[in-house]
Amino acid sequence: MNRINKKLQENKKLLSIYFTAGFPKINDTVSIIENLEKSGVDFIEIGLPFSDPLADGPTIQASSTQALDNGMTSEVLFKQLKDIRKTVSIPLIIMGYFNPMMQFGIENFCKKCAEIGIDGLIIPDLPVDVYNDNYKSIFEKYGLINVFLITPQTSLERIQFIDKISEGFIYMVSSSSVTGAQNAFGKSQDDYFKRIADLNLKSPQIIGFGISNAETFKKATKYAKGAIIGSAFVKYLDENGTVNINKFVSGIID
Amino acid sequence: MSYFVDKRGYYGEFGGAFIPEMLYPNVKELEDNYLKIMHEPSFQKEFQELLKEYVGRPTPLYFVKRLSEKYNTKIYLKREDLCHTGAHKINNTIGQILVAQRLGKTRVIAETGAGQHGVATATVCALMGIECVVYMGEIDIARQAPNVARMKMLGAKVVPALSGSRTLKDATNEAIRDWINNPVNTHYIIGSVVGPHPYPDMVARFQSVISEEIKKQLLEKEHTENPDYVIACVGGGSNAAGSFYHYLDEENVKLIAVEAAGLGIHSGESAATSILGKEGVIHGSKTLLMQSKDGQITEPYSISAGLDYPGIGPLHAHLYKSKRAEFISITDAEAMKAGLELCELEGIIPAIESAHALAVFNMKKFKETDVVVLNLSGRGDKDLDTYVKYFKL
Repeated sequence: MNRINKKLQENKKLLSIYFTAGFPKINDTVSIIENLEKSGVDFIEIGLPFSDPLADGPTIQASSTQALDNGMTSEVLFKQLKDIRKTVSIPLIIMGYFNPMMQFGIENFCKKCAEIGIDGLIIPDLPVDVYNDNYKSIFEKYGLINVFLITPQTSLERIQFIDKISEGFIYMVSSSSVTGAQNAFGKSQDDYFKRIADLNLKSPQIIGFGISNAETFKKATKYAKGAIIGSAFVKYLDENGTVNINKFVSGIID
Repeated sequence: MSYFVDKRGYYGEFGGAFIPEMLYPNVKELEDNYLKIMHEPSFQKEFQELLKEYVGRPTPLYFVKRLSEKYNTKIYLKREDLCHTGAHKINNTIGQILVAQRLGKTRVIAETGAGQHGVATATVCALMGIECVVYMGEIDIARQAPNVARMKMLGAKVVPALSGSRTLKDATNEAIRDWINNPVNTHYIIGSVVGPHPYPDMVARFQSVISEEIKKQLLEKEHTENPDYVIACVGGGSNAAGSFYHYLDEENVKLIAVEAAGLGIHSGESAATSILGKEGVIHGSKTLLMQSKDGQITEPYSISAGLDYPGIGPLHAHLYKSKRAEFISITDAEAMKAGLELCELEGIIPAIESAHALAVFNMKKFKETDVVVLNLSGRGDKDLDTYVKYFKL
């Protein structure tokens, strides 16, 4: 069984952390992952930086630009992660945009992920239908789970379609926004979280975008299986470097 | 072979809609409605009236006698430079603002590079009383001050794009992010035949008035609808798409797309996407684009701000790959010389984008009997500063 599915069966609310690979320093990748696991994080999204990250706000954009300036590429990332499974056992997901993966070759990319022990991918600009028609069989061949997003605007029919083809969790975007856009959840988010929870989908939901602290984590996981923190952690790394990562995590889940 | 978009939104292997899920409802709404709206008689009536009374269409198809003599062939210029606001861009913004109204949108966003599309968008928003926000790279804002002032006078809010290389591609990213943040009340007016389906097709259809008019006008002047050649410059490719549109299936009409070679194709400072680009995904479309080996999108260069886009529309990628169109690249120096030549021979100051197309006459020999139509996509007023500096006038 894929590590993601195993993790989703645990009887607890899950915390996932996103960071941009190659930021703040090119060789921080492995130590960030190891420290996150030690701090009690349940799974990790490793951001593969892209020059034009359409779905991201200023914080992740800036970290991506910095990471690219530092020399991060798909190839460098795979090299850094070569031995990651010797020290890390929680699920690892690569989140990145489609073009760099396409240039690496989708099959090649998936093969590398499988060799390393990556469990899944999140590719915001690879539409569900294109994946389903063209790439599903490759992902399956390498045992990779592709994670799809839904938003408050996603129609019921489409949510059901996405639920049907999802093999891990559904990434629930908390509001109509790019990443890092807000700090609190209002009534509309609450209504949306409840509406989705009431659908009793087969795939657990993990909420992302706009989760930045203990309060928003708690609100999000009231209805969902877990939550993802991205921009707030990237900001923390920017301000504090890679020391005391456990401090950040304990501020969320103590 | 078809050169038009298929049901899935592709031109051959190019196109599609590679968009984040957050944009899916917006793009789907547009995809489901754009053709229906465009075919409504009330839409057509309003669109045609505005093109005639407000934009000043039809634009002339003008025989340039002295230029023809010099190159010993028959050259006609399609005078899109005479459109209101100074370029073909407004054909599309008029069409899209009418679509936006019919979709019940109350706010419009746009991206702009040199500012021509931004001005054309701000203009139609003023005309219709709709809120307008234009994203423009911080660097472009500094180098295109007159167009920034125009947009402001027209009531638009100009927002600097501060990310990435702070030029057109980043302005486009910012506009897309705005659309993600405002999915319900906002329509995004893309300025070229780029972006996710249905934009390339919708923009091409709005610009197709150019070739529709050429056919009628040429019939009067040459007793045939079809010239031997149609020439147009390509950045994203909207004026070329419009001038080629009704000739795509007329295989005896040769199509020439002119790209900006900047300081030279292999100088590292170029925008010749068809030659330097590889297949990839940019701004929601699978097409040819300039990128690093690792798939990071690279910043193009051209003296003409309207041609320095790192991709080309998927229609053009298809025309290139299928060899339906010939692609020629022109350097800064060749374009500037051709621009000045048109001033001196014909009393017309062309936009530097269009000057790239004009430079083809120095690159390629045409027969004396050939009828060549060149789309003069814009006027050179916006480029005076560049002309002055370049020629030390």
